Amino acid sequence: MELDPLFLSRLQFAFVVSFHAIFPVFTIGLASYIAVLHGLFYKTANQAWDRLAQFWTRVFAVVFGMGVVSGIVMSFQFGTNWSNFSYATSNFLGPVLSYEVVTAFFLEAAFLGVLLFGRHKVPQGVHLFAAIMVAIGTFISSFWILSANSWMQTPAGYELIDRRFHITSWLEAIFNPSFWYRFAHMGMASFLTGGFVVAGVSAWYLLRNRDVEANKKALSMCLWLLLFLTPAQAVIGDFHGLNTLEHQPTKVAAMEGNWETGSNVPLLLFALPDQENQTNRFEIGIPSMASIILTHSAEGVIPGISEVAPDEQPPVALVFWSFRVMVGIGFLMIGVAVAGLLMRRKGHAFKNPLFLKTLVVMIVTPFLAVLSGWIVTEAGRAPWLVYGVMTHAQGLTPSLTGGMALFTLIGYIAVYSVVFVVGVYYLTRVVRNGMLDDSNEIDGEVERPKRPLSAAHTPIDDDLVENATGANAS
Amino acid sequence: MSIDLAIIWAVIIGFGVIMYVIMDGFDLGLGILYPFAPDEESRDVMMNSVAPVWDGNETWLVLGGAGLLGAFPLVYSVFLPALYIGVFLMLAGLIFRGISFEFRFKSHKNRRWWNRAFFLGSAIAAFAQGAVVGAYIQGFTVEDFRYAGGALDWLTPFTVLTGVGLMAGYALLGATWLIMKSEGHVQQWAYTITPKLLIAVLAVFAIVSIWTPLVSPEVYSRWLDQFRLIWVFPVLALLCSGMVYRSVKRQNEGLPFVMALGIFLFTYLGLIASKWPVIVPPNYTIWDASSAPESQLFLLIGFLFVIPIVLAYTAWTYWIFRGKVKVGEGYHH
Repeated sequence: MELDPLFLSRLQFAFVVSFHAIFPVFTIGLASYIAVLHGLFYKTANQAWDRLAQFWTRVFAVVFGMGVVSGIVMSFQFGTNWSNFSYATSNFLGPVLSYEVVTAFFLEAAFLGVLLFGRHKVPQGVHLFAAIMVAIGTFISSFWILSANSWMQTPAGYELIDRRFHITSWLEAIFNPSFWYRFAHMGMASFLTGGFVVAGVSAWYLLRNRDVEANKKALSMCLWLLLFLTPAQAVIGDFHGLNTLEHQPTKVAAMEGNWETGSNVPLLLFALPDQENQTNRFEIGIPSMASIILTHSAEGVIPGISEVAPDEQPPVALVFWSFRVMVGIGFLMIGVAVAGLLMRRKGHAFKNPLFLKTLVVMIVTPFLAVLSGWIVTEAGRAPWLVYGVMTHAQGLTPSLTGGMALFTLIGYIAVYSVVFVVGVYYLTRVVRNGMLDDSNEIDGEVERPKRPLSAAHTPIDDDLVENATGANAS
Repeated sequence: MSIDLAIIWAVIIGFGVIMYVIMDGFDLGLGILYPFAPDEESRDVMMNSVAPVWDGNETWLVLGGAGLLGAFPLVYSVFLPALYIGVFLMLAGLIFRGISFEFRFKSHKNRRWWNRAFFLGSAIAAFAQGAVVGAYIQGFTVEDFRYAGGALDWLTPFTVLTGVGLMAGYALLGATWLIMKSEGHVQQWAYTITPKLLIAVLAVFAIVSIWTPLVSPEVYSRWLDQFRLIWVFPVLALLCSGMVYRSVKRQNEGLPFVMALGIFLFTYLGLIASKWPVIVPPNYTIWDASSAPESQLFLLIGFLFVIPIVLAYTAWTYWIFRGKVKVGEGYHH
């Protein structure tokens, strides 16, 4: 069998970036939540907020650490597998990606240490300030990354000289046409991820009667937040979709499973896209609904996939179904948030085991939604690496063979499996260990902001005492 | 204008590389020495002596990788494809090493496993970096600004030698660092292994010095035909080696480490002097490899902002954690 370096490289990049993305998407939302908790404690002096803030800061430290580890690999991926692309786009992507690194280092050096280790060493106001700066810093980091990605989706502010992109306007390039939509959609996704994870973990504690007062507060707060953010995300997603329709019509056509350009396009709920015959083998849909959503008129014309030649089409089935997974989870999230509102009466939301268990399961859904959303936008622009200008095949490292790509693909899967298994296992131990700070420092441990994991002291292989200490919570 | 920027960036990247080599070098070296330590107590001391600083050391690696893409994209887009397998091994080694570093602290029952991962990760990363240096001396097959060689061009007898050489060099840095940071039986052990490591380093140094002009004609002409002043670097490196030996015999504590740093610094300067201004050997200079001037300038603003902060932060960390690490305790504050 002939190994295709192009396919294997795309698979490798998808794997590495997906694996990496799950950490920052959580920490960005969580950082803001921690800042809010610190703010509430500062204002009300209620100890429950402080306990929550401390607990979630420990979780933040571990997840941030895993994000840093998996991120190191990212900064080399572009060069190893996509060297033609790196060389051609370096005038823009080099500085923009470097600025992300610069932001992250500045953040770690200046504020992360104060947030993680400074609780008893600096005044409370300074500590709160550090928490806010860390939250802002995570957004600035994602700002640069999403600017780079958006520029590849909707390139702007450049001219091509000799196969290389030269920037004519930094402002147009950084704030390219799809940037703000993507930034808003992704920022909201981070909040939702943080919200659902905190809600799920709080529900887990409530199911076990541990730290009831603090976790009730946390869950209540999350449910209010999610009630507003889940529908807001649907609205932002709709605007993002309209922006995509304007700049990348083929992607929207694939999302809708619409092969021929026309009006009264149905909203397909189920379909089996058949790329070979350029049609759907089977479909169930709501008549004219896609036209109404995308153009606000039943007669609205929606572009079809067949507008471009088959070799310039994205993998339709993948885009179509990933989009449905993302939207389906979105509606599920809205449903859970509304159910939370209805169950507030008589405090059912904090007692009903079925609802609490549902919340625990919901922890995985924001991650699935984020990953399927990225598959939609990344696979949906195929075969373009820089949309309309450079294809994946043109961007690939010319010297790369299938064997080399397969070797590192297997290697990265092996390395990341270890990191992921150890990391998630440790995280569950931190959670099971409880919200009380055990603080019996392991011998020799030195707390450093550039080693965020040193902020968590839970042992990894001792027997845990799962102390149900809810009674002395406040 | 563009010429000035390329030189400024060459200085920044060159500075970043030596900072990384020196700073991550000694803690990788301790990892390499790990299985040879006399007992678990010494291993604790070794790890505690780098715990506060090793993380910051790797800052320079990421900063360097990102800086290369922004300032010298040709280097980035030729080296990484050429060193494809080596880069993977290095990253895998560094990741395992980082993970085992963190979890060894949190582990009581399974420390042996984390010890092994720490050693293997450090050794692989050090070897891969040494092989990269060798591959750099050899030069790369580049056509039309693209790497055109094979997957394992970087792995030759010469680069295996430089890989082993850098492992020995890092181990030397690690041992002398340990002399400075420890006391008692741990320090005595470090005193005994340092001369052996020094001999290994000098042996590789000698072979590489004779071999390099043979694998690289440009280097040959520079050393033997044109530029006699260049000989000052190997002479200084040898002087430093002598000083390492003497200071170990006299049981000095700080001097062996400083002199070991000197060996690295002068070898590095000698290497740069053999190639300058070529940055992608054998043909491309720093000006060929540069990104557009406006991109170099844009990025320079950010780096000029962050480098002083990273330096100040680094200096502060080393200052806070100065002094000896005692058996049975970490730094406590």
